[in-house]
Amino acid sequence: MAETNNHRKLRFHILRYNPAQPGDEPRIQTYELEEAPGMTLFIALTELREKLDPSLQFDFVCRAGICGSCGMMINGRPSLACRTVTKDLEADISLAPLPVFELIGDLSVNTGKWMRGMSETLETWVHMPETQRDLKRIEEAMDPALAEEIYELDRCIECGCCVSSCGTARMREDFVGAVGLNKIARFRLDPRDKRTDADFYELVGDDNGVFGCMSLLACHDVCPKNLPLQTQIAFLRRKMVTTGIS
Amino acid sequence: MESSQNVIAGVGLADRPRKSRWPARMDLAQSLTGLVLGLFMWGHMFFVSSILLGKDAMWSITKLFEGYFFFDKAYPGMVSVIVGGIFLFVIVHAFLAMRKFPANYTQYRTFIGHRRLMAHEDTTLWWVQAITGFLLFFIAAAHLYQMLMHPGDIGPYESADRVWSGRWWPLYLVALFAVELHGGIGLYRLCVKWGWFEGKDANASRKRLKVLKWALTVFFVVLGLATLAAYMKIGYEHRDRVGERYTPAWVVPNPMEKAK
Repeated sequence: MAETNNHRKLRFHILRYNPAQPGDEPRIQTYELEEAPGMTLFIALTELREKLDPSLQFDFVCRAGICGSCGMMINGRPSLACRTVTKDLEADISLAPLPVFELIGDLSVNTGKWMRGMSETLETWVHMPETQRDLKRIEEAMDPALAEEIYELDRCIECGCCVSSCGTARMREDFVGAVGLNKIARFRLDPRDKRTDADFYELVGDDNGVFGCMSLLACHDVCPKNLPLQTQIAFLRRKMVTTGIS
Repeated sequence: MESSQNVIAGVGLADRPRKSRWPARMDLAQSLTGLVLGLFMWGHMFFVSSILLGKDAMWSITKLFEGYFFFDKAYPGMVSVIVGGIFLFVIVHAFLAMRKFPANYTQYRTFIGHRRLMAHEDTTLWWVQAITGFLLFFIAAAHLYQMLMHPGDIGPYESADRVWSGRWWPLYLVALFAVELHGGIGLYRLCVKWGWFEGKDANASRKRLKVLKWALTVFFVVLGLATLAAYMKIGYEHRDRVGERYTPAWVVPNPMEKAK
């Protein structure tokens, strides 16, 4: 079928600010661009940078919703630019960097710094007795259903959308967010990790952890990977309460 | 190096100072008190709305709680005991829920901006819950203190006089919306918070829960408005005889007299 040439004129209202540039003030800058068939926000931003403003900063790596680099506020909600198709949006599109994370410039934020801090706080790696850490030894086979269950939670790409959408994380900077709680749920499932619920309680059994979650569920609703965050946080809450009161 | 190796191996985790168990207890207590209060408020609405079935029906419900049908005389003090228990639950629930409120102006501004920007239903519902909860600090305290100290002043004429001649109706009108919104959202949030009724498809269950939540909220608000209107009408008609107690014609002798 022949495509029509009646493409919309898109207007991008982008928050511009470079904290590294002395004297720079936050402002909204508007750019116009003709919509192309199948255009994603990533394609549009690349075109904007190539044709209109080479100083525009934003992040991307994979362009396929795998790396999580291009997370940004799209019309007020966190999402991945590479997975957002412009035809699903109005002609006026507002873009802003993800809140909570350190701003690098324009739409680019340092999610890695936050994620590393969270990982160190929650010790998000497999804990096993030293005697079992023989790298030459063949790992014990895992039940495929269990492996699938762990993989389901391990699909998190640490894009930061859940953290930016969370009212608690916005108000309380030490809150570990859905990404952190999901990681604890993931390692709790892993039979190689020998930590008990009492050990996990030491990590998330307070208001910075699972008991700080106010069940606003924006994390669940915006997760670009459709992770079962609501279910996992509820599960973790039940386990941590049982541990806490026993 | 050795220290980091130990951390990786999980050595010494058990030797650390244990984290307080109070956050778990407080989280559970907040939910339990909220559950009891939410369900109680639905029951309470049914009891007070018995006026829509007639004065005798409301009188019978009142006397049921005063033990009249069990002991053959009315003990309004029994109502005070129930009210005292509910008051205690309200205090504990409010104290625990307060932890989640924005703690300062910066947090308040941040949340307000975040809510507007996100336009996310459950985030907005939490804000409604926080505001109505704050209102209820004052409304519930005033109402419960009155009930605690004057448990015998509940009845078709007694309540209607309080509503109309005592000018309690503005407070009850605000209370109706505050309670039904707060309780409905709270019970819905309890379900998603603890994973109740989740089934295999959490998203579908959540949608159903939300529809049910709104249906119940609308039902109880409409029932509450009709009930308040009924008390206001009775109170208005009875404004010249304030203080007169209602006793059905079929009740002989008067249970309050008998109690003496």
